[in-house]
Amino acid sequence: MERIIFLFVIALLWPLTGSATSSDPSVYKADVDITDKASLQRGARIFVNYCMGCHSASYMRYNRMGDDLGIEESILQSNLMFGTEKSGDTMTIAMQKEDAEKFFGIAAPDLSVIARSRGADWLFTYFMTFYRDDSRPFGVNNLAFKDVAMPHVLWELQGIQKPVFKIIEREDGTQQEVIDHLELETPGLLDSDGYQNTVNDLVNFLVYVGEPAQIQRRNVGVIVILYLLVLLVIVYLLKKEYWKDIH
Amino acid sequence: MSKLINGGVKLLNNTLGWIDDRFPLTKTWNEHLAQYYAPKNFNFWYYFGSLALLVLVIQFVTGIWLTMYYKPSAEHAFASVEYIMRDVEWGWWIRYMHSTGASAFFIVIYLHMFRALLYGSYKRPRELLWLTGMFIYLILMAEAFFGYLLPWGQMSYWGAQVIISLFSAIPFIGPELAEWIRGDYVVSDVTLNRFFSFHVIAVPLVLCGLVGLHIFALHEVGSNNPDGVEIKKYKDANGVPLDGIPFHPYYTVKDIVGVVVFLIFFCLVVFFNPEMGGYFLEHANFIPADPLKTPEHIAPVWYFTPFYAILRAVPDKLGGVIAMGASTLIFMALPWIDRSPVKSIRYRGWKYRTALTMFVISFVVLGWLGMQVATPNVTLASRIFTVIYFLFFLLMPFYTANDTDKPVPDRVT
Amino acid sequence: MQDGGQSGDIDKKRRHFLTAAATVVGGAGALATAIPFVSALSPSAKTKAIGGPVEADISGLKPGEMQIEKWRGKPVWILRRSEESVAELSGMSDMLRDPDSEVEQQPEYAKNEYRSVKPEYLVVVGLCTHLGCSPKYRTKDDSEGLGADWKGGFFCPCHGSKFDLAGRVYKGVPAPANLMVPKYQFISESIILIGEDSVGNDAGASS
Repeated sequence: MERIIFLFVIALLWPLTGSATSSDPSVYKADVDITDKASLQRGARIFVNYCMGCHSASYMRYNRMGDDLGIEESILQSNLMFGTEKSGDTMTIAMQKEDAEKFFGIAAPDLSVIARSRGADWLFTYFMTFYRDDSRPFGVNNLAFKDVAMPHVLWELQGIQKPVFKIIEREDGTQQEVIDHLELETPGLLDSDGYQNTVNDLVNFLVYVGEPAQIQRRNVGVIVILYLLVLLVIVYLLKKEYWKDIH
Repeated sequence: MSKLINGGVKLLNNTLGWIDDRFPLTKTWNEHLAQYYAPKNFNFWYYFGSLALLVLVIQFVTGIWLTMYYKPSAEHAFASVEYIMRDVEWGWWIRYMHSTGASAFFIVIYLHMFRALLYGSYKRPRELLWLTGMFIYLILMAEAFFGYLLPWGQMSYWGAQVIISLFSAIPFIGPELAEWIRGDYVVSDVTLNRFFSFHVIAVPLVLCGLVGLHIFALHEVGSNNPDGVEIKKYKDANGVPLDGIPFHPYYTVKDIVGVVVFLIFFCLVVFFNPEMGGYFLEHANFIPADPLKTPEHIAPVWYFTPFYAILRAVPDKLGGVIAMGASTLIFMALPWIDRSPVKSIRYRGWKYRTALTMFVISFVVLGWLGMQVATPNVTLASRIFTVIYFLFFLLMPFYTANDTDKPVPDRVT
Repeated sequence: MQDGGQSGDIDKKRRHFLTAAATVVGGAGALATAIPFVSALSPSAKTKAIGGPVEADISGLKPGEMQIEKWRGKPVWILRRSEESVAELSGMSDMLRDPDSEVEQQPEYAKNEYRSVKPEYLVVVGLCTHLGCSPKYRTKDDSEGLGADWKGGFFCPCHGSKFDLAGRVYKGVPAPANLMVPKYQFISESIILIGEDSVGNDAGASS
């Protein structure tokens, strides 16, 4: 009986590894590897060139990024830093919140921890599923983010997608037109694989920016766990030795 | 060389003597460790008391460090947490220890409480021990609630908004009371500041005092054990319980093993999965608090969800709040509603065993339901399990009075 | 179940060894745990970024005038010495504790009579080397209470330390060393970069 309850409780208390967001609509799975410095560097370039027009990453410092991604100070200064000369500065932007609200109707959010609130797969899906929608202010809509206020800044790379509809029947018997899938209407500079790789680099970079310490965290973790295992052996033997007294 | 060592030992003894004449150092050591006799048959469930103490220390130390860099203002709070995560050396580690520690605290405390249900540890003469423990649990919930507002993310903000609104259900004074708690018309900078004060000093002080009382009460009545028999009944010529062993060294070395095993699990989370899939650190809390926009799906942190499910199960605002309050406070009645002559589950009959199993199932299922979006099915299930939850307590005087209990041995097995 | 002879069964050596091993390994772990807490107290990345080099425009500075800049939260004095003052620096040695700047309170390029890159401009951290108060700039004409032969310099109101116009400490005062010269360089005729020299090292002179 005791054993059953014990197993029951343990089984229930330790499965907390799943995701709490039960309804993740992400179609695409990002291939995140933040030890891949080349990918992160490419992602950083895309971020600085395409995203930082409107979005900041105001908790991320340039010099930290340079150190972590293996980018030399001179290259960092000339290729990635446009708004400032001080490498200790954070990745802020010149655009004022009020201006952004005027242009887009909403201030562009800071992207420092966007990968932690949205998740890598969602971001990947978001970048993949912009489609033409002439009813929207910027002529595009998004499958992951309905009626998004942001234009498709990567459209030159991806090209323009158009939605292909299908008819489904609702529970009450009425019919509804929904988007079945997206189709490339006008090709972009990159082919499908090339664009996916680019998006993956960007997502990879955003995951890094979300928590720059994560590589260090895992590395330290391995050492700590190994140490604790050694300590466990010693203290277990010690306990056994003392408990020989107890009958 | 040996002369030197002897001299050192002599000096140490003299110093100890000097202190003992003025302060009960050796006496305290003996009473609470070296000559505190604990039953020799502690099992797995008896690790969680010392582990709770360990987590308390972890929370205190990491909390002190976080307070050095955290800024309790609506404008800077969110940024200061990211500042800790990025700019402060090892700040990420200290923060994750604290956030993981919060959840670990509740895991440990729930298992510690479950142990009391298994072996009847709340029963006479340990009623006060149980009550002090219950107060610790309630205070801990307050501490967790205050602390959860501090990161000033969306979940922090709206969680606090919902919980404080519970007080507005109280007749007549409710709305004013909620406003008084917030110090503002909504949760705001003012609220954050006072929650910070409660979280870092007021509640921890109370917590410390209660933990002290809890341990004093324990060492007065002595530990229960998996057999639920009193070891003080049979003593040797020196007054030492026959089935007792000195806490130190036997249970210190044993508890250290428990501590190391615990730390392995704890560090696996801290270093490899600090978000725990959104259970320990919720995804929406990485969006700064926005008083104009509620997140699509809000749920409390996992350790509050059973009670949250009970709240939602009742289709009346005041009724829900009362049910939720009752679901936590009702534990305090256990010493008086349990009428079984037997303490341990080992010798209890099928009725209590069934009731306890049903209770554990309902607690866990309610916890799960509390995280789900409130669909009609979820609400129905919440109601069913809420009833089971309360029946465990309400029927206890009846099913424990005439259970098919087995004979209890005289001494521990 | 065994009764009696307990003490005989105890392997004391093994027990002591295991206790020692657990103490040493556990103690090492506790010590290692302290490292993050200790290093978390040192200046953060933000503090370091704010403490980066600062530029000072000295185009408006007239002879005899001093301007104060803030670098790493400390006052940095930029003093433009008159030709007369520069000439008088060489005659001060008898009154000074360290006239030749033997103590490392300056970068190599400021280890000269003027304690500066250009004789005309003095750049020093304006904090007394005694206990960190900020001394007052007292000109030759403003010598009340400082002795008749006061040639201009700095006087610390906290404990009475005196420094000459090169930031060199007088004899017989509490301050032990000359004022600290930070790393700096002239980016142009009128712009000084404080906190970084042409070597590219952005640390202070001695610390």
